[in-house]
Amino acid sequence: MSHAPLTTNPIFGRLTFESLPFHEPILIVTFIGVVLGATAVLGAITYFKWWGMLWRDWFTSIDHKKIGIMYMVLGLIMFLRGFADALMMRAQQAIAFGDNAGYLPPEHYNQIFTAHGVIMIFFVAMPMVTGLMNYVVPLQIGARDVSFPFLNNFSFWMTASGAVLTMISLFIGEYARTGWLAFPPLSDITASPGVGVDYYIWGLQIAGIGTLLSGVNLIATILKMRAPGMRLMKMPVFTWTALATNVLIVASFPVLTAVLALLSLDRYVGTQFFTNTLGGNPMMYVNMIWIWGHPEVYILILPAFGVYSEVVSTFSGKRLFGYTSMVYATIVIAILAYLVWLHHFFTMGSGASVNSFFGITTMIISIPTGAKMFNWLFTMYRGRIRFEPPMMWALAFMLTFVIGGMSGVMLAVPPADFVLHNSLFLIAHFHNVIIGGVLFGMFAAINYWWPKAMGFTLNKTWGMRSFWLWVSGFYFAFMPLYVLGLMGVTRRMQHFNDPSLQIWFVIAAFGAVLIAGGIACMLIQFAVSIRDRKDNMDITGDPWNGRTLEWSTSSPPPDYNFAFTPVVHDSEAWWDMKRSGYERPREGFQDIHMPKNTAAGIILAGISVAFGFAMVWHIWWLAALGFVGMIVVAIGHTFNYDRDYHIPAREVVETEDARTSALAAQG
Amino acid sequence: MSTTTPSLYDGDRPLFHLAEEPHHPDGHSTMLGFWLYLMSDCLIFAALFAMYATTAQSFGGGPGPKELFELPLVALNTAMLLFSSITYGFAMLVMEKGNKGATLLWLAITGLFGAAFLSIELYEFSHLIHEGATPQSSAFLSSFFTLVGTHGLHVTVGIVWLITLMVQVGRKGLIPANKRRLMCLSMFWHFLDVVWIGVFTFVYLMGVAR
Amino acid sequence: MSNVAVRQLPVRPRTMTAFPFHHARGRLLASIAALGLMPLVSGCSAVVLSPSGDVAQQQRDLIIIATVLMLIIIVPVMVLTVLFARKYRAGSEASEAEYDPDWDHSTGLELLIWSAPLLIIICLGAVTWTSTHRLDPYRPIERLQPGRQIDKNVKPLDVQVVSLDWKWLFIYPEYGIATINEVAAPVDRPITFHLTSSSVMNAFYVPALAGMIYTMPSMETKLNAVINKPGDYEGFSANFSGDGFADMDFRFHGLTDADFDKWIATARQSGRKLDEAGYMKLAQPSEDEPVTLYSGVAPQLYDKVMNHCVAPGSICMRDMMAADAATAAGGEENGGATNMRGMNMQRPAEGPKANPAANATALLPLRGAGLVPPGRKQAPTMTAEASSSTPVADKL
Repeated sequence: MSHAPLTTNPIFGRLTFESLPFHEPILIVTFIGVVLGATAVLGAITYFKWWGMLWRDWFTSIDHKKIGIMYMVLGLIMFLRGFADALMMRAQQAIAFGDNAGYLPPEHYNQIFTAHGVIMIFFVAMPMVTGLMNYVVPLQIGARDVSFPFLNNFSFWMTASGAVLTMISLFIGEYARTGWLAFPPLSDITASPGVGVDYYIWGLQIAGIGTLLSGVNLIATILKMRAPGMRLMKMPVFTWTALATNVLIVASFPVLTAVLALLSLDRYVGTQFFTNTLGGNPMMYVNMIWIWGHPEVYILILPAFGVYSEVVSTFSGKRLFGYTSMVYATIVIAILAYLVWLHHFFTMGSGASVNSFFGITTMIISIPTGAKMFNWLFTMYRGRIRFEPPMMWALAFMLTFVIGGMSGVMLAVPPADFVLHNSLFLIAHFHNVIIGGVLFGMFAAINYWWPKAMGFTLNKTWGMRSFWLWVSGFYFAFMPLYVLGLMGVTRRMQHFNDPSLQIWFVIAAFGAVLIAGGIACMLIQFAVSIRDRKDNMDITGDPWNGRTLEWSTSSPPPDYNFAFTPVVHDSEAWWDMKRSGYERPREGFQDIHMPKNTAAGIILAGISVAFGFAMVWHIWWLAALGFVGMIVVAIGHTFNYDRDYHIPAREVVETEDARTSALAAQG
Repeated sequence: MSTTTPSLYDGDRPLFHLAEEPHHPDGHSTMLGFWLYLMSDCLIFAALFAMYATTAQSFGGGPGPKELFELPLVALNTAMLLFSSITYGFAMLVMEKGNKGATLLWLAITGLFGAAFLSIELYEFSHLIHEGATPQSSAFLSSFFTLVGTHGLHVTVGIVWLITLMVQVGRKGLIPANKRRLMCLSMFWHFLDVVWIGVFTFVYLMGVAR
Repeated sequence: MSNVAVRQLPVRPRTMTAFPFHHARGRLLASIAALGLMPLVSGCSAVVLSPSGDVAQQQRDLIIIATVLMLIIIVPVMVLTVLFARKYRAGSEASEAEYDPDWDHSTGLELLIWSAPLLIIICLGAVTWTSTHRLDPYRPIERLQPGRQIDKNVKPLDVQVVSLDWKWLFIYPEYGIATINEVAAPVDRPITFHLTSSSVMNAFYVPALAGMIYTMPSMETKLNAVINKPGDYEGFSANFSGDGFADMDFRFHGLTDADFDKWIATARQSGRKLDEAGYMKLAQPSEDEPVTLYSGVAPQLYDKVMNHCVAPGSICMRDMMAADAATAAGGEENGGATNMRGMNMQRPAEGPKANPAANATALLPLRGAGLVPPGRKQAPTMTAEASSSTPVADKL
């Protein structure tokens, strides 16, 4: 069943020449493409002599803004990989009917849908959400950085390491063929003896450390670093959702770590946790992974809700309707996220009372979610709505997400779930909420905060093209899946026998092509905007007539974010300041205390890639070396006490004076 | 935060920045951050406890706690860990007084108790494995070795950390950064104590008493 | 390989009607649902919306009820979104005249936006609670169709289902036959499926008949259902189980009594028998297995599959669990089952035989997620005799 040989070599472990996919033409072509692309990028960096700049200003940076941008870049790159997987699946399912086996054999197709799920959740949605929180939260609460700047850099690189390890599996060995949650017994050593599940485990474990630490970091930041006057109930709604999300991260990711550790013990040591015999209990894995997995859904969607709150209020030119109920709705959703996990496996045969309990708790979540929906609606009511791209994404979200919410509640009724579970209806449902909720939110956020991060606005024409292609593509791609689900078609099928289904898959594939157009337009939008940046500079720092503190500083903000820590009197602090006729201070600047860059994070993460790779391939000497190496570097890092410096007042004066004259020049 | 919160108003007029910057002292969120980390660690143990609870009677036809556990040995082990917590407490007391030498001494004693705990645990493990009760034998034993072993691994990390801090205190003295680190390790050490009391009660005592 | 007689059975095309409702409430719901769903599914046979078994039909009704209840909220939200976005676009008359940048609270509105979804969820929650209990797959069905009661004299058809890599084994204990990738049942006779799996998890799903249920190794799940219309329906695994998953489908035949008897007779004439060795061979991974009928099957084969003791000399899970219960109850003095020899997993199970108490615990059936609802006792499905393996030849 596996490509991997069972014998191990003392030097190379399970790794042999056959592990390289020379027999897979698709992978060879991909590999050549990646090598050419990488050569071009690395060549360009060398040619422009950017290495030093990249290392000093970015890779070793502990500035939350730069780390946030790096997270977004990671998320976008991995998004291209995950979407390529999606296109391949859509193509396979559009042609593999009857005698036509399609172009992907099962062992390849099964890796693709597994990788698609894992990458989209862990290495696209998570980095984007984390990156966004990293960039925006400190600015919104009037802080100069996060609580633990070094940890922030380390977290990012660990997430990137997990992504690297997952990408390595494309060209060396194979990825898991088990579905994105790798349920045993299918993922145990008997049914999956290859390296795929091991890549899955170590990729997620390494990235999981990063996620957990960044969660701890952001909670501490939000609780401890808020500007004077910003009581909890005066925090911007995005910061509230970020707080809820990070609490969910800290309270759920350890369970994922534990359950994956138990699975690896089963695979590496031969323990009996999830085996079929000697007392093992595979159902325990399913329960535990969903105890993490369901909160994970809310980890992704809550910050997107926060984005919509900011966007709708800003572009309607109005205060957010029902701030208090918005906050309580967020908290209620976060708590309920822990009481619904069993709805992912009603069909396991738990008793009717257990099933209906979890079904009803699931439905209850739709109450605060509905309240949020109405709050956005009444924020628009009696406003002056500007249809800039962020607002368009928000509107598309409001119209799309309710459909996903409706199908979600249908799936929450256990007997209805019995006929829809694992069907394409379910696939349509969660893509409806994750694309229509999380991804649209991220796109709204990118369009909204890009000028803040980059100092110039994004091209609106290409943004709108991308928007329309994306939204129409989404409906073409996923509405047919609802229909197919009602026709009883199940998920993860590499081949179909019933030719009457084909037309629906062809429509879905067409939708995927439209989405590809949307992605292309977005990339063009970035390129065009960077090219024309001189014409679209954002001098004011406040291109949208914003309401929260991040718009009070320059675009992009200086290293220290705020020359003076702002004082907050209202949940929409910047709106409040503008209305009170606030004047930017021009003098009285002082030295500013800032953390120093460090290379420890990227070094530790680099070693962790080697360690993970060694564990996957059973190269024990390298694993031991890597493990000891990580400990030595980590301890060595603690001997460095010299971790901060002061930006002298003179430099602050220079920066602020430059801004003053730029503002004056603009009029 | 600080006791002298400056007024955010100038008379009736709201202020939007303060002339004197509000100062966050170094590491003022470290304790909170570390506590959050400990809670997440606690959840890992919670998951392992849950796994143990569901497999507590899945002996795979093999022996159960009554045949395997030797309570006097475990009681001795528990005493080692409890003593180490007390001695760590003494270390913190003398640290507050600024007595570097005494702090190092108490830390060393704590480390020795920790090492004794680990040795006894390793002896217990090797004894079980020697008798054929290996982690592979049954789900019960898998859970037992993993839960107790994970705790042991934490103690090992604690000892390595303790040695590191002793070197750092030796070199730099009881500076604020080092005091903060000692406080973190203190939380970690006592946390392991609490987890062990859970292990001792649920795994050993209830296993044998049931 | 496939059986000729089966091929000759009247195979009815899958129905093309989208909403064949059988009662007044259904018709009302159908007309409402038709508004929302018809455009999506018209012209195609959406089997989930037009099933042929009473259980699946009730599940379909629930989908429609939930949809309609949700639409009460969804439609106003969507309409208002478009309406507000249009009306209050910057520069419009309303946005100039009515602009109120500080309006951010209204107690009445907030009460409404919390209570309206709450009321809907209370309704849906009540529906969920009752329907989940009524349609619990473990619960014997109580009617054939709306208004048609079950004949008390008819015993439910017992079908034992084993999912293997990657095919389905069906055993009919009542008739002593077994089949691969084909299952049949008489119309309007209640069916009780007992399901387990040989290696990995699958889900047994015949959309026309009833909702799916997982099949899991070392565990048993149950599904009660009835088919109301004769026909040839598709069934498949609805839980990914590995490389051969896509072709892991089977046919489910709803047959008249006469056709069913003919089908049983065909199987009995096949002359093939499924013994333990045959099963062991069958359990090896294979894809796209043809339909096979067996005239005989090794006794207690299903039980042995579930207990992982088909291989000669292997210990049954049941015995192991009984020994464990004895160990937990009293250790050496009481059960005598456990000692350090117990670490040798190759030993024959000797403990529980000597211990009646242990055998009593062995009677407890294994249940899905291990969550037995309060107040419900499971009828014992395994007997102590079942664990002692009778020589295969005896009954074949």
